[in-house]
Amino acid sequence: MIRSLPNSTGYKIGFRVFVTLFFIFLLLPLIAVSVLAFNDSSAITLPWKGFTLDWFFANTDDRVGLFKDEELLTSIWISIQTAFAMALLSTIIGTIASLLFDKFNFKGKGVLYFFAIAPLVIPGVILGISILLASTAVGGKIESIFGIDAEIFSPGFWLVVIGQFSFGATYAMLLVSARLKKFDPALEEAALSLKATGLQSIWYITIPFLKPAIIGAFVVTFLMSFSNFNTTIFLVGSDPTLPVDLYSRIKFSSTPVLNAVSFMIVLAVSTFAFINLIINRNKK
Amino acid sequence: MENNKKVFYILLIPVLLWLVFLIIVPHIELLVSSFKPNSGDGGFTLENYQAFFSDKIYWKTFINTTLYAIGVTLLSFAVSFPIAFYLTKVVSPKYASFLTLLLLIPLWIGELVTIYGWVTLLGDNGVINEFLKYIGVIDKPLHLLYNNISMTIGLLYMSMLFMIVPIMTTLESLDDSMIEAASDLGASKLTIFRRIIIPHSMPGIINGSIIVFMLVIGDYVAPNILGGKSSLWFTEQIYNQFLSTFNWSQGAAFGFLLLGISSATIWVALRLSGQKLDKVGE
Repeated sequence: MIRSLPNSTGYKIGFRVFVTLFFIFLLLPLIAVSVLAFNDSSAITLPWKGFTLDWFFANTDDRVGLFKDEELLTSIWISIQTAFAMALLSTIIGTIASLLFDKFNFKGKGVLYFFAIAPLVIPGVILGISILLASTAVGGKIESIFGIDAEIFSPGFWLVVIGQFSFGATYAMLLVSARLKKFDPALEEAALSLKATGLQSIWYITIPFLKPAIIGAFVVTFLMSFSNFNTTIFLVGSDPTLPVDLYSRIKFSSTPVLNAVSFMIVLAVSTFAFINLIINRNKK
Repeated sequence: MENNKKVFYILLIPVLLWLVFLIIVPHIELLVSSFKPNSGDGGFTLENYQAFFSDKIYWKTFINTTLYAIGVTLLSFAVSFPIAFYLTKVVSPKYASFLTLLLLIPLWIGELVTIYGWVTLLGDNGVINEFLKYIGVIDKPLHLLYNNISMTIGLLYMSMLFMIVPIMTTLESLDDSMIEAASDLGASKLTIFRRIIIPHSMPGIINGSIIVFMLVIGDYVAPNILGGKSSLWFTEQIYNQFLSTFNWSQGAAFGFLLLGISSATIWVALRLSGQKLDKVGE
């Protein structure tokens, strides 16, 4: 049944087979996509025609590798910038929100908290279209009243950042709140009794305590932004982010350069994850 | 601290800006837009909702998507529960953190890449077909891609993690000695599962189900890339209205209906289980 109880061999073997199959199911697409990035073929699937690095470095008429594909490199760069801006904004507002809900009781707190966690259960497509509709309406009003074309309200880089931030802040808030629950308020009271102002005690006492959670929230929201499609697709202007670019290529023109991009992402994420695991293990 | 008005307003204002301008106003705008005629720029009309009810393809897709999303959620639970149980209660703790990490990697890699991975696996010359040909089980490739099964695999793959993690969290808080006591008193495995383990992990199961249902019903990538012509997904209707036919009012009405059905289902799930929305994020 569990570790400390004797189990029948059938139970153990059955469980192991199921779990093994599950992990094959989990990892197979990632392995397949990575290995095929090195296939010397123009098709994204098998048969295997030998090893090549063409899909990373080639620049010929029929093969353009990842590092020579200007369009793809541009979309990766846009995604990185978007993710950085979104993660920064989400982490700041998410931290502020977690402090607000933790430290203060005020009228309408319950309602406000409801809206703050609502993005958890609102499909991304709904956030995308409603922010598109609202920003278009506001942009239209500004244009008709002041006669200026307010670019920030039309689809483009900043609208994507704002749209992703609308739910990113929720996740940042929850991650920071989880650590804030372990905070001992006596520390802050001590600072206050030593004549620190409220802001000083937050800045010098609470924020340093929250630092690991704040860094964690930044990383998580960065990754959320980097891989977001459902909200982004409605808000993107003429410069696509990586997922939007990948989507149109998968749909209309797949070549193994897609495998090369996927391989790089798989490699980066796994490396990062394992470094994280080792650091955590050493801490223990 | 409680009386520090200045700090309170410094914290409150940014949060209000976020929630009012990015959550509340946009959703009001969504509702208002859904009652606007697409042709003109003023007025009130029900035509967008009438179009939904009069055209069979719309409401049929809507119902199918909802039922399918419930089905995928149940399937996700069936796959996830044993895994969550194994990782928290059965496997040696030495391997647990490594295996949990493996579980998180596909989430961080993102949906587009993993769904693309399934395209390379399931295609006519994909890895699975070539493997089956190689071992001599089949001569001609099986058409594994672009049908409801491949779509289900994609939806399950991208959502099951959100079921596993909340269940693991609740199982971690279940003291092993409860299970040992039940076992010592002669309870069978089935009884232990039914009377102790499942009730204890119920909050995690509900949280996971809510998130999975919401992700599946609102997904576009898996149905659109892995699904076939017959696998109509309601989000595709919303995308079409916004990105191909540019009938935004119609799209807003569809969006509002999707938001309605997903909120209603989640509300029913919370009601039946006696949980609060506050707990979903934990």
